Amino acid sequence: MCLAALLALPAQSRAQGNYFITYTHHMEEPGNLEVATKSVSGFPRGGNSFMGNALEFEYGVKTWWTSEIYLDSQTTANESSVFTGFRFENRFRPLLQEHWINPVLYAEFENINAADKALLEVVGHDGVADFLDRNNRHEKKREAELKLILGSNVKGWNLAENFIAEKNLRGNPWEFGYALAVSRPLSLAASPDACRFCRENFRLGAELYGGLGDRYSFGLHDTSHYLAPTVAFHVPSGPTFTISPAAGLNSNSHGFLLRFGVAYEIDQVVSRLRGKR
Amino acid sequence: MMAWQKSLAVIAALLLCATFLLASSVGDGTWKTRVPEKERARENPYDSQANAVAAGAKLFRQNCSSCHGSEATGTDKRPNLHSDRIRNSTPGELEWLLKNGSMRNGMPSWSRLPEQQRWQIVSYLKSLQ
Repeated sequence: MCLAALLALPAQSRAQGNYFITYTHHMEEPGNLEVATKSVSGFPRGGNSFMGNALEFEYGVKTWWTSEIYLDSQTTANESSVFTGFRFENRFRPLLQEHWINPVLYAEFENINAADKALLEVVGHDGVADFLDRNNRHEKKREAELKLILGSNVKGWNLAENFIAEKNLRGNPWEFGYALAVSRPLSLAASPDACRFCRENFRLGAELYGGLGDRYSFGLHDTSHYLAPTVAFHVPSGPTFTISPAAGLNSNSHGFLLRFGVAYEIDQVVSRLRGKR
Repeated sequence: MMAWQKSLAVIAALLLCATFLLASSVGDGTWKTRVPEKERARENPYDSQANAVAAGAKLFRQNCSSCHGSEATGTDKRPNLHSDRIRNSTPGELEWLLKNGSMRNGMPSWSRLPEQQRWQIVSYLKSLQ
């Protein structure tokens, strides 16, 4: 119902999300709130099918500072539907002009449990075997995650590289991962006509992401990796729909994951609440 | 204090430092002085295209009007773009501003828009009287 109320507000800006895993250097516009869902369906061999969900609230605090909260949940066939925890993250852009490569610093605190299946990143030795056990909400994971986000825009192409370091704060070693992405709109110039299905409203791309082991076993051994084409469709003055079928690249990976998401941006949300708009 | 609490405290302290460092550089409003000469002299490749103003107006409504108003007359603390500053700026300066923003003053970078679309917005801005 809350989401329906949010959708009743007219959106004008374009939601940011082109990718599911990879962050770009683009920040949320200050004062704007993006509400998004990111879902992933998996069908592990020898386990139950599942759908992991993340409800995301992203707010532009400053031009160089974006803050986000995720609420995670999941449904597993023959098991249960459970709320699995929250994530709180902040992104900071230290260089205030556009460069060939634009760094963004990312810090996140996660308070989730072992039943979480949102799969918002792949790190360490994460793999399909983690999804074969029954839902276990009693094993808590309090984790800190740091990312170095690098982003570039070259001749209409967006390129993004993320380097991930994650640590369970209860003493587990640092785990590492990566995410790479590239995308481009179907048309670089905008049509003068008001049209819902203009080519510039579609964006095609691909993501490559996976784990890099941990502090004691850094590398590709016993890690999982995915290659995923992405399609994003922005409805003018409306939501952005994104879909991404991911193929696992080795035996530790899920064979197939289907991701889909909807993002909706509410302009100048604080001004609206104060009644100035 | 447990080990994870110490780690969390360190991360929080680092974030706080980063925030103060960035906040201390806020607010000079002199973006035009930062435009390189080469960028300042660039011509708008859409100058001669009749549809560019209409396309730019559409992009402006989609991306800029929440701050600058649907008629570009400004809102609350955001500037009116029917101004001498816009009229006197070269197309290259305006495209540079859209690409880089003026982040110290709250203007975000619009580098996520392709360059062609930024030039279309410049065509619209230069059509404002």
